[in-house]
Amino acid sequence: MSSILEMKDLRKSYGGVTATDGVSLSVEKNILHAIIGPNGAGKTTLISLLSGAVKPDGGKIFFAGKDITSQPAYSRAKVGISRSYQITSLIMSMSVLDNVALAIQARSGHSFKFIKPAKSLTKIRSEALNILKQIGLADRAEDLTSNLSHGEHRLVEIAIALASNAQCMMLDEPMAGLGPEESVRMIAFIKQLKGSRTILLIEHDMDAVFALADTISVLVYGKIIATGSPDEIRNNEAVRHAYLGEE
Amino acid sequence: MFGTLSRSSKLTLLALLVLAILPPIFIWTGNSFYVDLATRLVILAIAAVSLNLILGYGGMISFGHAAYLGIGAYAVGIPAHHELYGGFEAIASFGGFTHIFLAVGISALFALITGAICLRTKGVYFIMITMAFAQMLYYLLVSLDEYGADDGLVIDARSEFPLINLDNSLQLYFVCLASLAAAMLIVRTVVHSRFGMVLQGAKGNEERMTSLGYNVYAYRLVAYVISGAMCGFAGALLGNFTTFISPEMMAWSRSGELMFMVILGGVATTLGPLLGSAAFIIIEEAFSSYTIYWHLPFGLMLMAVVLYTNGGIMGMKFKWRSPSAEKGTQENGTK
Ligand SMILES: Nc1ncnc2c1ncn2[C@@H]1O[C@H](COP(=O)(O)OP(=O)(O)O)[C@@H](O)[C@H]1O
Ligand SMILES: [Mg+2]
Repeated sequence: MSSILEMKDLRKSYGGVTATDGVSLSVEKNILHAIIGPNGAGKTTLISLLSGAVKPDGGKIFFAGKDITSQPAYSRAKVGISRSYQITSLIMSMSVLDNVALAIQARSGHSFKFIKPAKSLTKIRSEALNILKQIGLADRAEDLTSNLSHGEHRLVEIAIALASNAQCMMLDEPMAGLGPEESVRMIAFIKQLKGSRTILLIEHDMDAVFALADTISVLVYGKIIATGSPDEIRNNEAVRHAYLGEE
Repeated sequence: MFGTLSRSSKLTLLALLVLAILPPIFIWTGNSFYVDLATRLVILAIAAVSLNLILGYGGMISFGHAAYLGIGAYAVGIPAHHELYGGFEAIASFGGFTHIFLAVGISALFALITGAICLRTKGVYFIMITMAFAQMLYYLLVSLDEYGADDGLVIDARSEFPLINLDNSLQLYFVCLASLAAAMLIVRTVVHSRFGMVLQGAKGNEERMTSLGYNVYAYRLVAYVISGAMCGFAGALLGNFTTFISPEMMAWSRSGELMFMVILGGVATTLGPLLGSAAFIIIEEAFSSYTIYWHLPFGLMLMAVVLYTNGGIMGMKFKWRSPSAEKGTQENGTK
């Protein structure tokens, strides 16, 4: 198996806090690679470094063999990296359908198109609606996003990730704040995404992680302390001590 | 066909219709002063419509938009000045198309250059730096003795067009009104396009739009240029209307007034900027003859509107009517 995403000695500090402390990690193509670790371990920071939202203090990032360390965030999406947010980050002032449609529109070249009404583009609109149907939000499509519940917002996050159809999806705690029923739906959904693309999953829910992941890395205080199969991680002494044991 | 239009489109058409009917009546009833007032209103409304594109839909709070009114007016005055008194052969002309080309072209260029810099900043820095660029232009013109420095310059002849005579106040008025309708239509079309969706998306959540792959900076810059060019056109009309140019046209207080009009009328609506300009003109007219502090009632009204409505005069109306308005959207949704 070949790796698609490579991190080499990534570093990032916020003032005195070292959020990413020399992370080197290789993510293989078309697998689900989970990153677990206690709160404040630097998981979200790592995703932000990979998506380009945050610039590293040092180190390099390679995607499909190309050095993307200095590529701006918007162009990383173009090469096939997308992310979802732990803290819901949607366009609240637009409809749910518009949020998803914008993700599809982003895939189809530039948007310096000034004349045709966006809402008349049936191809984009119906694809967006299909995704909302899959995720069970079709009846909310025309609603203002700010009017949706927290659980629904989490689902819209995933709908957008789906719509971006990226080669490499980074999901930041998609299950955060979901009820048990919604969690089950979300797990089934992520299962469905597996196989045809690379997924970097950050998740707190251990049952979900062990059910979904092909490979797991454990991040503690900005450092990767172990990487391996779910069984290896479960039985790793250092991990049990540093993380699993705490629970 | 009228039935397929949204309620806000109908209101906009109604407002434009009223604006088309009133001035001829003013003339027939011997109140030609009100035609002048209506012309000023319509020209300021075009400027406000252009500002609304970046401020209302794009979330870019420009405090330097009057610069484009000034550029547009000087693009009429300077060529006319040279045509009359010689010098600067390259641009000396009474020709209206030359004036408009210069007004729109130089405004677009000014917007491109200053926007490229301003849009690197955010929040209050953006507000300050847009104002700083406008002030730079202001002081540049104050320093140009050839064009009257801070006293300004009388434009001796209006722009010449085939078939149209801008010296006729009613003809000038209808040129302005047609321009307003066109400006509203352009902004409306642009904001509903894919480009407009990106612009509004970036206002709502810049980080999300970036991570989706949109180069937010580039989209904003293009909107900024469109807006500046459009306001430059309004400036050319203003120059023809006042037949007088002075740096005062682009003073920061003028930019502030444009912002007030947009916010008072209701940001990100088609009709809002026109309503805001109308409110401004009416208040100015009603109070400025009694007191030099006429900005005070305007400011108080703005505060009231911002505090007690959700989105200017337009928002006020919709708030009053909200039960039926909500029902309306639900009906549309189920259709
Ligand atoms: N923008 C920021 N400014 C300052 N400190 C930050 C910022 N983002 C993260 N941190 C700090 O970096 C550390 C890692 O945070 P984060 O990546 O969010 O962890 P996790 O997602 O694993 O919970 C924390 O100590 C956090 O307080
Ligand atoms: Mg986190």
